[in-house]
Amino acid sequence: MAMDETKTRYTIPVGPIHPALKEPIRLDLEVDGEEIVDVDVIVGQVHRGMEWLGMNRNNPIQNIYLSERVCGICNICHPFAYIMAVEQAAGITPPERAEYIRVIVAEMERIHSHLLWAGVAAHEIGFDTVFYLVWRVREEIMDLMEYVTGNRVTKAMFQIGGVRRDITEEQFPRVRQSLDYYKSIFNQLKTVFLDDWTIRMRTRNVGILKTEDALKLLTVGPTGRASGVPKDVRQDQPYSAYADLDVKAITPDMLTGTVVGDVYDRIIVRLLEVKQSIEIIEQCLNEMPPGPIVAEGKTAKLLNTLTKAEGEGVGRAEAPRGEVIHYVRLEAGRETLSNWKIRAPTYTNLMAVPIMLKGGQIADVPIAFASIDPCMSCTNRAIVVDLKANKKSLLTGEELHKLSVQKTRNLKRDESTR
Amino acid sequence: MNLLGDSAWLSILVIIAGSIVVAVLGAVFALLFRGVDRKLVAHMQGRIGPPIIQPFRDLRKLLIKETIVPDGAVSWLFNAAPIVCLVVTIVLLLYIPLFGQNALLDGYGDAILILYLLVVPSLAFVAGGFASSSPYATVGAQREMVIMMSYEFTLALVIVAIAWRIVPMTDADPFMLSTVAAYPVWNLVGPLGVVGALVLLFALLTVTPGEVSKVPFDIAEAETEIAGGILVEYSGRNLALFYLSDAMKAFVMVSLIVALFFPYNLSPVIGISAAIPAAIVDGLFFLLKVFVIMFVSVILVRTAMARFKISQASYVYLIAMTLISLVGLILLGLDLRV
Repeated sequence: MAMDETKTRYTIPVGPIHPALKEPIRLDLEVDGEEIVDVDVIVGQVHRGMEWLGMNRNNPIQNIYLSERVCGICNICHPFAYIMAVEQAAGITPPERAEYIRVIVAEMERIHSHLLWAGVAAHEIGFDTVFYLVWRVREEIMDLMEYVTGNRVTKAMFQIGGVRRDITEEQFPRVRQSLDYYKSIFNQLKTVFLDDWTIRMRTRNVGILKTEDALKLLTVGPTGRASGVPKDVRQDQPYSAYADLDVKAITPDMLTGTVVGDVYDRIIVRLLEVKQSIEIIEQCLNEMPPGPIVAEGKTAKLLNTLTKAEGEGVGRAEAPRGEVIHYVRLEAGRETLSNWKIRAPTYTNLMAVPIMLKGGQIADVPIAFASIDPCMSCTNRAIVVDLKANKKSLLTGEELHKLSVQKTRNLKRDESTR
Repeated sequence: MNLLGDSAWLSILVIIAGSIVVAVLGAVFALLFRGVDRKLVAHMQGRIGPPIIQPFRDLRKLLIKETIVPDGAVSWLFNAAPIVCLVVTIVLLLYIPLFGQNALLDGYGDAILILYLLVVPSLAFVAGGFASSSPYATVGAQREMVIMMSYEFTLALVIVAIAWRIVPMTDADPFMLSTVAAYPVWNLVGPLGVVGALVLLFALLTVTPGEVSKVPFDIAEAETEIAGGILVEYSGRNLALFYLSDAMKAFVMVSLIVALFFPYNLSPVIGISAAIPAAIVDGLFFLLKVFVIMFVSVILVRTAMARFKISQASYVYLIAMTLISLVGLILLGLDLRV
């Protein structure tokens, strides 16, 4: 127990392992009684060197499966962004039907992810009944995903230049059946989450992120939208089949007329997005054009094309947590990627956490932190390992700045000596 | 305690033997009720849940596990707290009428003493929490203190109100639970008093989840916030003692509600007069009463609610429940005048 001179302030470490956290991260809370005075977010517990693997070990097709494993929940949106980047770099255009199938599975993922989040959020405020019931409801979409893709979690649905499995006319009734199920229980879910007075007590005016702050910190996804920033990649820069569909960013004022930017608003946004996703899938089923599902079916030939290709590409997808970006560079004659950069939504949303927590109570930490739907495994980027001293450390902002200045100087010097 | 003549030695022996019997019975039924609680909550949440005897298994498992005392802890206090907690909970059992019988130590202490004793287990939790030198436990202990201070007044008000209503009826000590049993509050009062007594019962039922640290008042343990709070550093035997006394405290609290509001026995109603069958019928009826009250005040509430924040819980008890129990007191008083 670390006490300072005044003896009223404590530092409470939340994490790296803590029941409130589903993945390792550390929040150092400076508390005065129950009130939080200061927050420090310390990342760097789950670095896995994925980008390195993509650049040194795997070829671009193997990378699809690696990118699925960046995050257990977002195993559609990461490969989605990744293949879009590679397709752009190599100049491959997927057939139209494949684009629709991609959107369908991406929206299924959004439904499952938001329901998963809703359960976790209920657990964080000690409402275990809702947690169990919501996760039970979630089983329906998991079953549907298994039916469509063959797997509940990592679906292996994507291929560069298309998708690997078709959704056929015979499968439509089963898909519609699940969607109808969710439509039939949607009002019940809404009642449970928005009308229950204990949930309202625990989430209203908790973890507030004002619109200005959300804009300033570039908050993405439902977290940003709940703060009244109508930002959604599907709306702003429609990719894939979203260009044909009518997607509008959902903000809480659509339901309540006001934007508070608290946890309650984030519940509203996610709930409405579940409904929106159902509508998108239905629209896709109705408008899906016939045709092939992949541009180049032979993997060896595709790999050959990719090895010869030269160029760079950026893929942006709206993950359930917000905008995910993959940057890829291909070099002719090189079998692996020459560069791969992933930016997951939690990476930007984490910046908003100190603002949300400051001034709140310790009891607000789990739900306020969970309300951004954090995904740590996507977030960790760099760790410095000194093998000789057997030391691991992270680079701080100042160190990075120093390194950057140093590099500019070196470049200048090289330039002048040339 | 004059069943076996006037010999002081004999009566002491009876009390010792009786205490052991009461403690064992209390522990067994408390754990059984904990098992029923878990099973029912699981079913309401759409789960199968653990078998009803799971708490006994938990207890056995904890007893054979290693007991760890953290480095920075005040070890004597850390180890003493669970023992104090359990002993006082057992003492409480001796003062409360159980299984339709009078309390074992009836005549030696009254409801005021019970009120004081009820504070001790919570204090032991707090002491154990502060002694464990963990920031989580410290926060948990602070929360437990706040919540204890918040519900104590309501608890006292309810007991005083009932005793006050009994005073004009008899010369006996109105705070003695056997007196309360002889003059059940519902038999004494008119319509206004019934409303008053119902209000008081509601206040007492609301205090119960706070007293036994269950959702929405499990703030001192709050797994997702402070990782188990007070109990975070406890393990092995120490945790087993806390676990047992926690279950027994719930049994005590509900038995107290039974003693205050529902001291009726079934045997006179259905006309069984032989001693042993009557005792069995009354004992089973008592268990039924305990179950119903536990179901309403603990099981249903913890299924249907989210955890409060400490400020919200404090508000519920300190402002809302105090006002409600005052209203109940005034209604009972008005009834006395009518």
